[in-house]
Amino acid sequence: MISEELAFRDSPVHRIDPRVRLVFALLLCFATALSGSFAAPLLALGSAMGLIVLSCLPLSAVARRLVPVNIFMLFLWLVLPFTHVGEPAFTVMSLAASKPGIEIAALVTLKANAIVLFMVALVSTMSVAALGHAAHRLYFPQKLVHLLLLTYRYVFVLESEYRQLVRAAKMRSFVPASNLHTYKTYSYLAGMLLVRAHARARRVHQAMVCRGFSGVYHCLDSFAFRKADLAWIALLSLFLLAMAGVSFNYGGLGDFFRGQALPFAG
Amino acid sequence: MHISEGILSPAVLAVGWTAAATGIAIGTRKLDADSMARAGILSAAFFVASLIHVPMGFTSVHLILNGLVGLLLGWAAFPAIFTAIALQAVFFQFGGLTTLGVNTTLMALPAVLCHYAFKSAVVSNKPRLVVAGAFGCGFFAVGLAATIFGAALFATGEAFFQAAVITVAAHVPVMAIEGLITVFCIQFLLRVDPEMLPK
Repeated sequence: MISEELAFRDSPVHRIDPRVRLVFALLLCFATALSGSFAAPLLALGSAMGLIVLSCLPLSAVARRLVPVNIFMLFLWLVLPFTHVGEPAFTVMSLAASKPGIEIAALVTLKANAIVLFMVALVSTMSVAALGHAAHRLYFPQKLVHLLLLTYRYVFVLESEYRQLVRAAKMRSFVPASNLHTYKTYSYLAGMLLVRAHARARRVHQAMVCRGFSGVYHCLDSFAFRKADLAWIALLSLFLLAMAGVSFNYGGLGDFFRGQALPFAG
Repeated sequence: MHISEGILSPAVLAVGWTAAATGIAIGTRKLDADSMARAGILSAAFFVASLIHVPMGFTSVHLILNGLVGLLLGWAAFPAIFTAIALQAVFFQFGGLTTLGVNTTLMALPAVLCHYAFKSAVVSNKPRLVVAGAFGCGFFAVGLAATIFGAALFATGEAFFQAAVITVAAHVPVMAIEGLITVFCIQFLLRVDPEMLPK
């Protein structure tokens, strides 16, 4: 089931103004993604873990959210050290693992986990409704915000329709296997989902028109900026400045400004 | 198919965001008061369809259906796919925030291209042409997406060349399955609600 298990809780992080969380999530994620050395991502991972602790999220749920990214990282660890030429670090069954390959895999893993943790701590701690309204207040394109909120609203409805269709198929003794019948069944299932979505869209549109919808979506949510938010802005800015500082002094950003390419950018 | 956070170089991320922003700008311009509900709810339907896992030999793959999104929505596929991918990032941490641009482009650009390449075949009244067009739509939408995926990895650094090749190769069976599923899906829509398909 789709759920926002991390959003509806209470902690110091959950109480930060969603606008502040969204802006700093963007800044911190990009700062981490753009760094080319080990220093800044290490700092990022540390601060992200700190935020996770402060957000009082169940660690098992956080760990589950690190799985998809680390499956891809595992794939990179299996490929990069053996395909990247360079000084060999060790050999496995006459395959040499190169040091630069291991370095790139380690750097990428570090950055990926830091970014995902920032995202979990700052964005997944708010409902998508709050996210959409925060984006609206921050002057994101109005139609895009409306589309996001509409999609969010109907994702849960369509998911329950999907479960209903799957139940109906099971009642008719449908057992999935790698054959044409299975693919046909799933296609019809997806097709039925689309047909129902389309019919629903027509009714929703009519209901919207009945209520005077003319293309402009009004967000009525108002956010209250508290004194504690100022402290959070200061703290999160400190993380950013520290990351900028270390990347300037220990490669990456400094090299970038001195006209050298980032070390792993080819 | 999502590129994870932390891998791509700043230049590739920037190109991804630029392409996505351009596509979204064109797409949202085509969205008016009348088509908004349809785009939003179809976007939700594709999000849910991506939860469907179909068996493939010893493993299973989830449906992507970006060719079908493109066929039904045209340029509006860009904002619709963007919102669906953003929700996947928030709900499940698939893909991510910085790679949202690249991930949107790699799904939506093939979707729009397939819309223009295969639309006339799919809505023609020759059944064989419909099958060929629908298969091409599903097949190439995923194939192009995998190619962009590989190109983004390769453009980040030559170190990723083999990883890129493996990723693209791994998607060949997925392309075939998506092609098949798109054929059945379109045949279903033609029988049940032909008005859904573009004119």
